[in-house]
Order: sequence, then C-alpha cells, then structure tokens
Amino acid sequence: MNSSTGTPVIEVRDLGIRLNTSRGPAQAVRGVSFALKRGETLGLVGESGCGKSITALALMGLLPDSAVVSGSIRLDGSELIGLSDTSYCKLRGNRISMIFQEPMTALNPMHTIGRQVAEPLRRHTGCSTAEARKQAISLLDRVGLPDAAKRVDAYPHQFSGGQRQRITIAMALACQPDVLIADEPTTALDVTIQGQILDLIADLVEERGMSMILISHDLGVIAENVQRMMVMYGGTVVESGETNAVFTRMGHPYTQGLFRARPRLGAPKGTRLTTIAGTVPELADLPAGCTFADRCGIVEPRCRAALPAVVEVGRSHGVRCLRTDVSMTAPIGAGT
Amino acid sequence: MSVFVLRRILTLVATLFAASLIIFLVLDALPGNAAQMLMGADASPDAVRALTVKLGLDQPLAYRYLLWIKGMAVGDLGNSYVYGTPVAGLIAERLVLTIPLAIMSMLITVVLALSAGIYTAANHNRIGDVGVMSLTQIGIALPNFWFAILLILLFAVKLQWLSAGGFAGWDDGIWPGVKSLLLPAISLAVVQAAILARVTRSAVLEVLREDFVRTARAKGLGKREVLWRHVLRNAMIPVMTVMGLQFANLLAGTIVIENVFYLPGLGRLIFQSIANRDLIVVRNCVMLLAAMVVIVNFVVDVLYAFIDPRIKVANL
Repeated sequence: MNSSTGTPVIEVRDLGIRLNTSRGPAQAVRGVSFALKRGETLGLVGESGCGKSITALALMGLLPDSAVVSGSIRLDGSELIGLSDTSYCKLRGNRISMIFQEPMTALNPMHTIGRQVAEPLRRHTGCSTAEARKQAISLLDRVGLPDAAKRVDAYPHQFSGGQRQRITIAMALACQPDVLIADEPTTALDVTIQGQILDLIADLVEERGMSMILISHDLGVIAENVQRMMVMYGGTVVESGETNAVFTRMGHPYTQGLFRARPRLGAPKGTRLTTIAGTVPELADLPAGCTFADRCGIVEPRCRAALPAVVEVGRSHGVRCLRTDVSMTAPIGAGT
Repeated sequence: MSVFVLRRILTLVATLFAASLIIFLVLDALPGNAAQMLMGADASPDAVRALTVKLGLDQPLAYRYLLWIKGMAVGDLGNSYVYGTPVAGLIAERLVLTIPLAIMSMLITVVLALSAGIYTAANHNRIGDVGVMSLTQIGIALPNFWFAILLILLFAVKLQWLSAGGFAGWDDGIWPGVKSLLLPAISLAVVQAAILARVTRSAVLEVLREDFVRTARAKGLGKREVLWRHVLRNAMIPVMTVMGLQFANLLAGTIVIENVFYLPGLGRLIFQSIANRDLIVVRNCVMLLAAMVVIVNFVVDVLYAFIDPRIKVANL
C-alpha cells in the first residue's frame, strides 16, 4: 500500500532453515534469495521435500519453534526474522496471507464459513461483527461462492472441495494483503476445478495489485501463472529467472529432467514416461556439493566438492550449475 | 436438530423398555421365590403361600410386569418387602444425597481435568507438562477409598474443618449439606480427574496438529487465541464421552466411598436390599440406575450435536 513501484515488497536474502527432524538436524533450505515488487508473481517449483513449502512457512513465520532460520526476510524493508510472535501476528493474514493445499482440512469444521472469513477482519481491522460479516459476504461473493449471502452461516462440510478453496481464498484476501502465498492451491482439487481456481487467483492478484508466490510441483501451472520462477531441489534454488526465459532455454539438468518427465498428450500409445533416475536425497544427509549430483547425467567430480555458484546464463536467468557450458547447449524448453 | 433429538428420544425409550424387561426377568422370573427367601428355609408352607399372595407373587408374570410398568408411570413402585414402606420414598431419600454428590464430584473433576489437560497440551513436552502428567499418573493409581481416609485424617481428625462422615441433609440450608459431601466428592473426583485430564490433553494435542490450526495461525491469531477459539471445541467430543461415562459411574458406583463416609446413598440402599432379599427395592433401584445411565448418554449425544455441526446431518 505504501511502497512505490520500484522497491520490493518482500525481499528474501540468503534464507537458510535448519529443522530438527526425527533423523537429526537437517538443513532444509540453503541460500534462497529473491525479491518481489508490488504486483509481481513468483513461482516455486520442485518435488515434495525440496524445501518450497518450508520456505513459504518461513515467510509466514509459522515454522516449528525448533527451526533455526538464518538470512533475511524483509517486508517493505523491515526485517521479519527474529520478530516476536505477537508482532508477526499483526502481519499474518493482514499484510501477508497464505492459501493452503488441503481445502478439506484447512477450515475449522465447527465454525461457520462467515465467521472464519470475518475472523482476520475482526482481528486486524477492528471492525464490528456486523461490518465484518458484511465484508465476508462480499468477499465470498467475489470469489464466486454461489448464494454467498444465504450460505454465509453454513459450515465447511456443506461445501465441495472447490468451494472450500474459494472460501480459504476469501479468508486470505480479507485484509487486502500485500503478499499472497499460495501453497499448491489446486493440488487437492479436481482437474476441472483447478483451472477455475487458478484463474480466480490470477484475477484477484491483478485486481488488487498483490504480489504472489505460487508454489507448485506442476511445471504447467507455473508456466501459465507466474512472471518469474524458481526451481528448487534439495533445499537450494537450482534455476531461477523469468518464466519465459526459463521455459525457452532450461539451463539446469534438474529443470530439464522435470520438463522431460511431463506427460504429453498425443504421444504414441505405450510410450513410457521419462523419469529422473535415482531418488530425492534425504534432507538430513545432503551431499556436500551440488544437491543434484547423484542423479545428474553430466556430473563431474568437481560438482561434489562444494555447492556450485549461480551462473548468469541470460538477463536475470541464473543456473546453479558448474556445467552450464554443456547443459545450456541441450535444446530443452518450450518448442522442443 | 429436532429430527435428531426425536430419533435419540426414540432410542432412549426403546433402551429403557429393553432394560426394564431384562431387569424384571432376571429378578422376578428366575427360580426362587421371594416369599420363601424372605421367610427363611424353615418357614411353614402355609405362611409362605400366604406371603406369596400378599406380595402378589402368585399373579401371572406378564401381569406383574405390566403392573410394575404402570406403577413406574404413576410413581407408585410398591412397598418394600422388608420395611413395608413405599419404595419410591426409600429411593427419594437416597437420591437427595447421591445426585448432589455426583454433581459436586463431577464439577470438581471437570474443573481439575480441563485445566490440567489444557495446560499440559499447551505446554507439550515442557517441564509443566511432564510434572502434571506424573501427578495424573499417581492419581490414576490411587485407590479412592484410601485417598478418602487420608482426607479424613487431614481435614476431619487433624484440622477438624469438616466432619469425618455422615450426611447433614438439606434441612438447615445448602451449606451444611455441601460441607458434609465435600470430602467424598473430592475423593471420587481425584481419580476421575486424573483420567479425564489425560483424555483432554491427548484430544487437544490431536486437534493442535490439524490443518485448520495452521490456517488460524496464518490469519494472525496468537497461539492462545487459536487454542481457545479453534482447538477446544474440536477437542470436546472425546472429553464429553468420558465425562458422560464418569457421571453415570458417580450415580451408580459410589458404594465404597459411601461406606467410608457413612453416607446413606443409593449404592448402600442397593447393597442393603440385596442383603435383605428386598427384591422389589433392588429391582426399582437397578431400573433407576439404568435409566440414569441412558439419560446421561442421551444428554451427551445431544450435546455432541450442539458442539459439532456435522453430527446433525450424519444421522448418528
């Protein structure tokens, strides 16, 4: 609301997250940096366990107490890491909001949807119950819940998955946040509903000039919905850049592998899906060097020595790989 | 809502009917003649027959059953075989003690258990949690009559704040009655509170792991607000189930504590009636206990529906 278009709304620098897992301490995220200006959209893509959801929870300040966060997260210039929970509560749901993956369980079954949508309004704007309810109805109306005025007093179990996701979106948008984090918002939904929900989110982001971080494991969703993207693997960002640039010329062997592994319509019957050999490394014992080394087709001994630095392969297109000379020649990307 | 309650009421009536049938058959139709038992083995057959007729035991089974049901409907439960006084009066005398005792004990249980359970869940794995949970472990292991004796030794013998036993009744106002029931209520509550606290703790911890708790946090609610506004109501279903069982148990199963404190409660009435072969009193007392248990369960079921909106449509 108060930032000019030039400065970033949210700026993350060298974010590191250490978690205490049952298998011992694990460096779940390393060296994640990005900045988002007002109205910009960023996609985080990667397999489960690559650190994308953990990164989102770190932005929300909702990591478990035992997690150790390093680096810097700045919202409109003010540091969020180390902020007390009380101060963070004033930002969550107000300036920075989140939509979760599971609409079936993300709503409290005992409260009416109207009350749940009104809750952030009551909490952050101090408006009256009646006023919050009125706003909740218009929010529910805006996210396309049919008969919002009549159904505002209904309970979550009376709605379908898609409708419930619309309700959680209304909840996240209630206080006109500056930053919206959508963590796999359509993964749990029917394919037919997915498109509608993504379109709704895109419309709302544009209409309200929010910045959005969209998390997905689906390259197609990322390609269509965000301006910039970051590919994460083993807790590090292996490739980042403008979505168009990345999709035109993918630079990291992992991104290329993900792209090759997508199912294709029209492939001859019996064609096997391409896979990436090997499995995702355990966060508790990540290799010292490139996290993708064990599964990479063009790995060299020096890849295992230390985490490779980011190589600029184009205008704001970075690849964390020592072998970009080879990988960038592979014609992997849209149009191939 | 009304359909739900109606269904539950129908179930309640059916259960009571079945219970009355079983109680009647077990106590009245099984071999052995109440008159014979009352008069002893060496009574003359004529005297036994006369008593049989006097007690109405020569009538057909079905007639006697219907007579009993009709009697319960109008509040006439017949006369005690032993005392010759109306059974309804005997039971009513005991209920003025048993029901207040059960309520007092349940209140103490709920206050202790909910505060301990919520506190420990909110401080999961911290020192307070471990400490309070160890106390509940001890509470579960305590025999309540032994704890009752300790209470008597402390509050009645040493400090002389409360009397060691007996029931003051309600004629002199509420306070003397409450005072005489305080120690028994605490003795009964301690073990129950220990169990209920553990149930509460695990129910709250389970709900704390739910996705909607994270959603509530993401809206900007503090941990405490989330606990009170979002978690507790969701955690109440298992807690109320156990509370219902415990309340039913307090109504029926307090005979040991009644004996420790010389309280003329329902448990002692049943015990004495069995010893005296006063089967008509036993039959009505058992029926009353069955009815109280069924009604407590009914109330718990209806409360479920008030707490959880999903239950109304689920046709429980």
